[in-house]
Amino acid sequence: MKEKKKWYDYLWIVSLTYLILGFFNILFAWLGLLCFFIPIIISVTKGNKAYCNRYCGRGQLFSLIGGKFGFSRKKDVPKWIKSKYFRYGFLIFFFVMFFLMLWNTYLVFAGSKDLSQTVKLLWTFKLPWNHAYRGELFSPGVAQFAFGFYSIMLTSTVLGLITMVLFKPRSWCVYCPMGTMTQLICKAKNVTASQK
Amino acid sequence: MSKRKAKVSIHECAACGCCVKVCPKNAISVPKGIYAEINSESCVGCGKCAKECPASVITLEVTER
Repeated sequence: MKEKKKWYDYLWIVSLTYLILGFFNILFAWLGLLCFFIPIIISVTKGNKAYCNRYCGRGQLFSLIGGKFGFSRKKDVPKWIKSKYFRYGFLIFFFVMFFLMLWNTYLVFAGSKDLSQTVKLLWTFKLPWNHAYRGELFSPGVAQFAFGFYSIMLTSTVLGLITMVLFKPRSWCVYCPMGTMTQLICKAKNVTASQK
Repeated sequence: MSKRKAKVSIHECAACGCCVKVCPKNAISVPKGIYAEINSESCVGCGKCAKECPASVITLEVTER
């Protein structure tokens, strides 16, 4: 029996739209903060991973492309990817990159650095992205954050697509920093709940 | 009689919930956001969850009954 699809089964459309909008106007990248705050708020208030389990549009996108369309070898992920060392290490790495991005944004806000109209893919490759910024409406810092944040979103999507092809469709979920973080929040909540 | 039941390696589970979505018997839940739990009463051992699990940490184990 196939379950009837719920409204949240279509959130992959939102994720896809987000990536497309950021191609045309970088300021839409700010909307990506929702993918940061919603899972954290759910895990802190409800103590579960309903975001991953139900609402994550990116996960749905991967299972659609990798599963339904078949762009995945559907092989097991290597053991090291699911190890705690790698998952926590990747979370820390992501955090460091995130704060470097915030620092960069601050420098542009403060005027000690010029706005860089590029999207950095995989923390290395600078893609020219000036077509997506017509500027001047907000402070350059607002745009710098958008470029930086979109870089993170695009980089993680690309990583996810690579592991989708190589391994199972939603391999990204195994090492997704947001997933690891919300799981840790749930663990912490559970420990404190059992001590009450 | 022996039956196959899904079993989650809870220490490796990322609690993503992919298994929940494919289970035809609604036998899986991720109640506390830490790992997936299988209700072995309703599990029929079809193996869909094991195939779907992105971390491949669900196995089918034979249980004696």
